Amino acid sequence: MSASLTLNKITAQKGITIAEAANRVADLGWTPSYVQEAMTFPTDYKISKTPRDPMKQVLRSYFPMQEEKDNRVYGALDAALRGDMFRNVEPRWVEWMKLFLAIIPFPEISAARSMAMVGRLAPGEELRTGFTMQMVDEFRHSTIQMNLKKWYMENYIDPAGFDITEAAFGKCYATTIGRQFAEGFLTGDAITAANVYLTVVAETAFTNTLFVAMPSEAARNGDYALPTVFLSVQSDESRHIGNGHSMLMAMINDPSNHQLLERDLKYAFWQNHAIVDAAIGTFIEYGTTNRDKNKESYAELWHRWIYEDYYRTYMLPLEKYGIKIHHDDVAAAWDRIVKKNYVHKTAQFFAVGWSANFWRIEAQTEKDFEWFEHKYPGWYAEFGDFWKWYAKLSVPGETNILFNSDVGYVYPHRCWSCMVPCLIREDFVCDEVDGKMYTYCSEGCRWTHKVAFAAEYEGRATPAMGRFSGRREWEDCYHGWDIADAIKDLGFVRPDGKTLTAQPHLRFDAKDMWTLDHVRGHQLGSPLRGFRALSPIEREVAVADYRKGFTINPCH
Amino acid sequence: MSAQANTATAEPTVAKSGAAGAAVFPGSDSRKYNYFDPKGRKATHYEDMTVDVQPDPERYLLQDWIISFPDGTPTYSKDWTAAKSSNWHKFRAVDQEWERTHYQRQSTICGMVQNTIENGRKSGAPARFDPAWVKVLQNHLGAYKHAEFGLGTSTMQAQRYGYTQMVNNAILTNSSYKLRFAQDVTLYLSEIALDLPGFDVNAGKQHWLEDPIWQGVRKSIESVMGSNDYLEQYFATNVVFEPLVGELFRSGFLMQAASAQNDFITPAVVSAAEADYERNLANTVELFHILGTDPAHGANNIALFNKWLAKHAELALDAANRLQPIWSQPRVKVVSFNEALSQAKNRIRGIAAELGLTVPTALAS
Repeated sequence: MSASLTLNKITAQKGITIAEAANRVADLGWTPSYVQEAMTFPTDYKISKTPRDPMKQVLRSYFPMQEEKDNRVYGALDAALRGDMFRNVEPRWVEWMKLFLAIIPFPEISAARSMAMVGRLAPGEELRTGFTMQMVDEFRHSTIQMNLKKWYMENYIDPAGFDITEAAFGKCYATTIGRQFAEGFLTGDAITAANVYLTVVAETAFTNTLFVAMPSEAARNGDYALPTVFLSVQSDESRHIGNGHSMLMAMINDPSNHQLLERDLKYAFWQNHAIVDAAIGTFIEYGTTNRDKNKESYAELWHRWIYEDYYRTYMLPLEKYGIKIHHDDVAAAWDRIVKKNYVHKTAQFFAVGWSANFWRIEAQTEKDFEWFEHKYPGWYAEFGDFWKWYAKLSVPGETNILFNSDVGYVYPHRCWSCMVPCLIREDFVCDEVDGKMYTYCSEGCRWTHKVAFAAEYEGRATPAMGRFSGRREWEDCYHGWDIADAIKDLGFVRPDGKTLTAQPHLRFDAKDMWTLDHVRGHQLGSPLRGFRALSPIEREVAVADYRKGFTINPCH
Repeated sequence: MSAQANTATAEPTVAKSGAAGAAVFPGSDSRKYNYFDPKGRKATHYEDMTVDVQPDPERYLLQDWIISFPDGTPTYSKDWTAAKSSNWHKFRAVDQEWERTHYQRQSTICGMVQNTIENGRKSGAPARFDPAWVKVLQNHLGAYKHAEFGLGTSTMQAQRYGYTQMVNNAILTNSSYKLRFAQDVTLYLSEIALDLPGFDVNAGKQHWLEDPIWQGVRKSIESVMGSNDYLEQYFATNVVFEPLVGELFRSGFLMQAASAQNDFITPAVVSAAEADYERNLANTVELFHILGTDPAHGANNIALFNKWLAKHAELALDAANRLQPIWSQPRVKVVSFNEALSQAKNRIRGIAAELGLTVPTALAS
């Protein structure tokens, strides 16, 4: 047998090239002449140039490739169980997955739905194949994540919180923040939602912190399942980023789109920052037990993925097309993370509200303090006493930290735009929209509600743009309720009917666990109702007072 | 006394492991999703992956939808179809598909189709196809692939509008199957073209756009694509077009005629679509059966479905009749158009009977 003879050479036959296959598939479409295609979701953008599909993949290669990826994922999950992964997993980490995995399947499937919105808008059929694959990818992501969550529920020491997951998703104050993220993908102007907000910003920039940075932290906490699933998910994102960029390039050459593109890049970046950094920053920094000083902090990860990778190499080149990039917002977001402790304040808020959660939050300890101080100098002075209070008040019978005036924490206003509370007190703003007063965490969020989500933008009619709706202030839903009744109504009670799903510790013993009786006797209230009731002068004073912030009392 | 109550007085449990069973405490054995009623005695894996992922203000969505379209329409609206339901959450896809089963099935089909084509080509099979049959494949299978693509894009659009995750995911997998098959046929024809001198891969689209034989099918497909009601699109696709035109052409012609023209490849390629349709049909019948027997809206829904049936059946029947000349084009005649159409009508009558619908007179015999 000749040394150069291989099976490939024996079996090879002439086939069509990848480019030819992609071209043939792209030629499947036509312009209907008997009946107009169904009315699609409208956009204020003009798309006259045919977008190109940079990936040139066809379904014949796509499905086997995805099945192979799935085989690896499910094989790894089996291996993790055989290797007794849960024996060594850090419960501090897995608890936060109750929140994260309650949120993420809905944004994923929303992205699948949004492919319907962009699929019809692009002239030509070439990119439709890309959108088709993204639609099926997102179906993959949503259900593979539901499967992972079920797997945690079946194998982790405390399944409570996983067992109510989608009901909790609908009710929790924290998951609504994730819903703002998801509904943004598929509601309102089709290009704003499905192209700029979803693919150009969320997927291109922020999935790197979501699906790359976070799995690394999972692995450091003995959780090999999350990296297995989410790195597989992320491997699909490169195609989605290609779809987004191709669509963007089809619009960017038309100067009449620039004004809207500038609006949407600004809105999408700011809201992704406000939502994703709050949540993922908290998971990575506060859900970990690994305090290796050589690893990157969330701020350092953000600088790598968002600043260097997205801002410098993706956004800045758009300037050559005449797009004005919102440099100030990128700087402001960086300042919020590094100088204004955005992530730390979010984690602090989640901890204050622990009793209305459906996952456990453990107190940070001395070992954690040292790491935080090393990575974020000045952290201890601002947050050290708070976490000592939190540990002290984690014992049933103590007054719930949410209502404990000894601590010094002042409950925040809710941001009407990003739905995260107004945690950076000095940045707090308020404004009137359609005759009603609203509160915002930042100027960026005020602008998003009042200026971007409106019928007109800088004098230009924007009839397709969405609107904020619903009962956006969670606290208003339970205004005047006793917190025990609210928790019961939320369904965040364990099957015994009295023990809270959430606990402010990781002690897995019935005697250490809080029940409804331990929290009863305190009323929830809507900060916005009170704020709206103020006279203009009183409001000015209240705003100035809010901006001054608060000081946590020393904990001895 | 329950086991949980016992633990309250037992020795403190110090968990040294994060594994299930390492400690017993309230809720430590709550290891099932407990927020929906399974269809059967126990929830299936599909139900666990699917139910309630798309939320609903009438179930758990405390704060309601938080972004709306400019006219106030929320992120999901029941008004996107004329059909009404007392419980949109009742439907479960009969094929129980979630991502893993979907990729396994699609990937298996891709492998089957590719192996068939590769092995057929290796043995020189396309060159042995009857020359008249090659023209049929070039012109008519080439035209038909566009109909499949139209249904794929139509259902891709429709999967945005359903009121529950179960409805939307069933429509999504339908779209995925249709688009895969449209591509299967496209690549199949391009590949056998390499072995058949003079085979024009562009002829199919030209026939689709211009040949009078195909204009009824194109009109029928464009009417499905043009509907503003997502359930009408889903209904017209699987209850009307597929049995009257899709199966008629695939099973009633290609699958039966091909082998007599020395073509053993085309039936294997096309067979996947027939199996796809069985699943899509089962899902569709289940959904429309639930809506047609809805305690509050059943009668109105049936009236609506009868209207859709009449509208799309007229178009599809016209489309089917216009295809008749194709049955005469192969050199060896195996099946007559009238027999095939009779079977197609029989099929749609069976589906309509399952759903309690009135078959239009033109389909009665």
